[in-house]
Amino acid sequence: MTDAAFQESYTTPDGRKIGDVVMEMKNISLRFGGVTAIKDISFDIREGEVRAIIGPNGAGKSSMLNVINGFYHPQEGEVWFRGEKRGPMKPYQIARQGIARTFQNIALFKGMSTLDNIMTGRLIHMNTSIASQAFWKGPAEREEIENRERVEKIIDFLEIQTIRKTPVGSLPYGLQKRVELGRALASDPSLLLLDEPMAGMNVEEKEDMSRFILDVNDEFGTTIALIEHDMGVVMDISDRVVVMDYGAKIGDGTPDEVRQDEKVIAAYLGVSHD
Amino acid sequence: MSADFLFGVEVLLNGLMAGVMYSLVALGFVLIFKASGIFNYAQGVMALFAAQTLVGIQTGLIPFSHLINAMLGTKIHHFGWNVPTFIAILITIGIMVLFAIIVEKLILKHLVNQEPIILFMATIGLAYFLEGFGDLMWGAEIKKLDVGIPQGGNLWIEESTAFLGGDDFYGFYLDTLDIYATVIAVILVASLILFSQYTKTGRALRAVADDHQAALSVGISLRTIWVIVWSIAGFVALVAGVMWGAKSGVQFSLSLIALKALPVLMLGGFTSIPGAIIGGLIIGVGEKLFEFLIGAPFLGGATENWFAYMLALVFLIFRPQGLFGEKIIERV
Amino acid sequence: MIYREVGDFKTTYRADGQTFPIRFDRWRYYAVLLVAFAVVPFIINDYWLNAVLLPFLIYSIAAIGLNILTGYCGQVSLGTGGFMAVGAYSCYKLMTGFPDLNIMICVLVSGIITALVGMLFGLPSLRIKGFYLAVATLAAQFFLVWMFNKVAWFYNYSASGQINAPERTMFGYKITGAETSAPVTYLFCLVLVVILAIVARNLTRGHLGRSWMAIRDMDIAAEIIGVNPLKAKLTAFGISSFYIGVAGALLFAVYLGAVEVGEVFGIQKSFLVLFMIIIGGLGSIFGSFAGAAFMVLLPVLLKNVLVGTLGWPTDIATHLEFAIVGALIVMFLILEPHGLAQLWRIVKEKLRLWPFPH
Repeated sequence: MTDAAFQESYTTPDGRKIGDVVMEMKNISLRFGGVTAIKDISFDIREGEVRAIIGPNGAGKSSMLNVINGFYHPQEGEVWFRGEKRGPMKPYQIARQGIARTFQNIALFKGMSTLDNIMTGRLIHMNTSIASQAFWKGPAEREEIENRERVEKIIDFLEIQTIRKTPVGSLPYGLQKRVELGRALASDPSLLLLDEPMAGMNVEEKEDMSRFILDVNDEFGTTIALIEHDMGVVMDISDRVVVMDYGAKIGDGTPDEVRQDEKVIAAYLGVSHD
Repeated sequence: MSADFLFGVEVLLNGLMAGVMYSLVALGFVLIFKASGIFNYAQGVMALFAAQTLVGIQTGLIPFSHLINAMLGTKIHHFGWNVPTFIAILITIGIMVLFAIIVEKLILKHLVNQEPIILFMATIGLAYFLEGFGDLMWGAEIKKLDVGIPQGGNLWIEESTAFLGGDDFYGFYLDTLDIYATVIAVILVASLILFSQYTKTGRALRAVADDHQAALSVGISLRTIWVIVWSIAGFVALVAGVMWGAKSGVQFSLSLIALKALPVLMLGGFTSIPGAIIGGLIIGVGEKLFEFLIGAPFLGGATENWFAYMLALVFLIFRPQGLFGEKIIERV
Repeated sequence: MIYREVGDFKTTYRADGQTFPIRFDRWRYYAVLLVAFAVVPFIINDYWLNAVLLPFLIYSIAAIGLNILTGYCGQVSLGTGGFMAVGAYSCYKLMTGFPDLNIMICVLVSGIITALVGMLFGLPSLRIKGFYLAVATLAAQFFLVWMFNKVAWFYNYSASGQINAPERTMFGYKITGAETSAPVTYLFCLVLVVILAIVARNLTRGHLGRSWMAIRDMDIAAEIIGVNPLKAKLTAFGISSFYIGVAGALLFAVYLGAVEVGEVFGIQKSFLVLFMIIIGGLGSIFGSFAGAAFMVLLPVLLKNVLVGTLGWPTDIATHLEFAIVGALIVMFLILEPHGLAQLWRIVKEKLRLWPFPH
């Protein structure tokens, strides 16, 4: 179960093409004061794959996503994205490189409608000047309409047409999760990070969400890294899995490999220490 | 020792005493902030209202007499008696407690779990209301407040320090009232710290400050705590109001001490009692020294109006949580 | 039965995104504009102009400005009075320094100067959040008022320390100075108000407005989806201050004519404008107008009823006004945090369904 097995691009059993490494984490360590959240972790994410990060609560998974999108800055280690080492960058600059994400606790903009929330995902593609926005007619309105068209496609894709103008605060949890996915998709990301996209959902909602994730991966060719607790879902939809425990990496490989790894089993089921 | 240096020391001493008063007002803020997460802008107006009430009761003013006169065409103003200071103080404390209960019932209860900034704006509204209400109740004219503390330069200190300088130095000029105020403020600050550290209510108060939910789950009544805290804040307001009112009369400008306390809090951190004390001293000394060394000679004076804010602003840019505040770790 | 959106189908995104999507609203809006431009100037007199209309128009601009910063971008500012003073003193310096400059240009350039000052004081908003920032903006308030009081250059070394607006004309009509006529000053302010309100609406519905609201609703998430917080906050501070500066310039030059900084632009002014947007509705252009109208009309009404009709002393009416305003602020925050604008929306919602209950 070494990374050597994945040196070349390959084709998955269901016929999707997995390309080169897009993101590589090299020896990442992250500490808050005296607490070590991540200990010397390395792994990579390949073009077009669904990469899962799993582990017990408090293993450092969310911190890992926060490192990937630049919200946390690791004390040690390097992040390589598309062949370039990442310097000191702000989260919004990283978003503009095509990395989008959703959050474990929904982080929608409560004062805005579904449509406006998803439109915020387009912000990185909208750049008419303040002056032309003040007059509206002309470039600003054109830009608004072009981006609205893109957003409407996402609304159709996620089947949320009926709640287009509803304030997101009043939506049920499952729909809010879907709107959040829509907002992330609206930026046309090449790498999509999903932090527990199915937490707190019932079986039907989970099935819907799994379908959306796989469709996004399939139709838009978006690379996906996700954190999820439901092992059934993880094993079904992901191509490769990183397993974390107490901030360290204890496993990495295809779902089948990981499932049989003794250290992983120990972390999840507990093991007697003789 | 040169006269300039000695004047500097005098400025420093006066600054320290002003600083203790700032600390006292700031302490009222910290107490309410810790227990209810509310930044109580009305603290200054509470001080004004408490002082107005005290004078009103002392001198036997009839509440709302102006309003009654306007409505009924009567000409009432005084009951015609004087209430002893001590009893008047007790009654005023009672009224401040009543005020705390009303605030809890009518406002706090309905604003639980609102964003801090909404609560802050609500207290600005409360301040406006209380200001109008206090003026309606007692009249807006400047009142003299006399609680029996002597005023004017302290001769003993002046005479006993005169030897430090040359012929043109007559000793440090310190106001007796300021000295009393400082002593009372120190006692009050100390007893509040002892209260919150060593009494059962104080422990409950600190528990609430730490975590509302956890405190509720061990059976602490949040609403009782709020009433207690607002009552204490009302008491602190009364002391501050009496001290400042005795010095310069009970009038509108008294409510502006809240504005003096704000930068103290920013500097010291909103949640820290030692922060409020040290922040108050830094600002008290800082603004007096700045005015003495830079403001008056070079900038045309009256820099006390903004110095504290600028100091706090510059400080916050480098340390947003204040001197003693807890470090903010942002999470998603 | 007229107030319906049924049958009013939108077939383009342009039609869907317009300001008044319901036909009846659109007509009412045109009717209001028609009355304001074509009827009011002919019936206006000095009392109505000075007591109600001018302050209403000028404070509407200030309220829109503060609403952009506080209602849309979520950054509470208590420095409004100070920023209005920047507008007023800029206007004074421009009017006296360049006597040939058109008064409209003076007012707009004052706005731009205020915008720059506002952005300067907005810089700390990157590090300081919530009410820490609100308190930090008090630094601007106190410092600016002190500066205009102490630095004699700003009031051209006049002995009184006051600034007085010299007479300026536009198209031959007197806009500022002693002998202005009511319809002229009214129209001058009205034109500015209408243009600035439309611009504010346009800015808040586009991507800039969305980035402000994203920062307001959840700043961390906003940054992670690609909003540059520095840019969003500074544009909000800048544009907001532009509006507030224009309002300050108008208040000084057109309305008051003479100003003493501590009296007119003290912290009470900051609270007044803040109250307007709380009562009117945070995050609503209409609410800015409603709040300004309310806060301008309330004292006029109280004065007319209590002092004029009942013959009470003025100071009691003032105290009562304080108590009422304070109580209203608390009530609005508890019962309807979105202010009059939300009450208006609820009424409209009911009207759409009328006569059916649901």
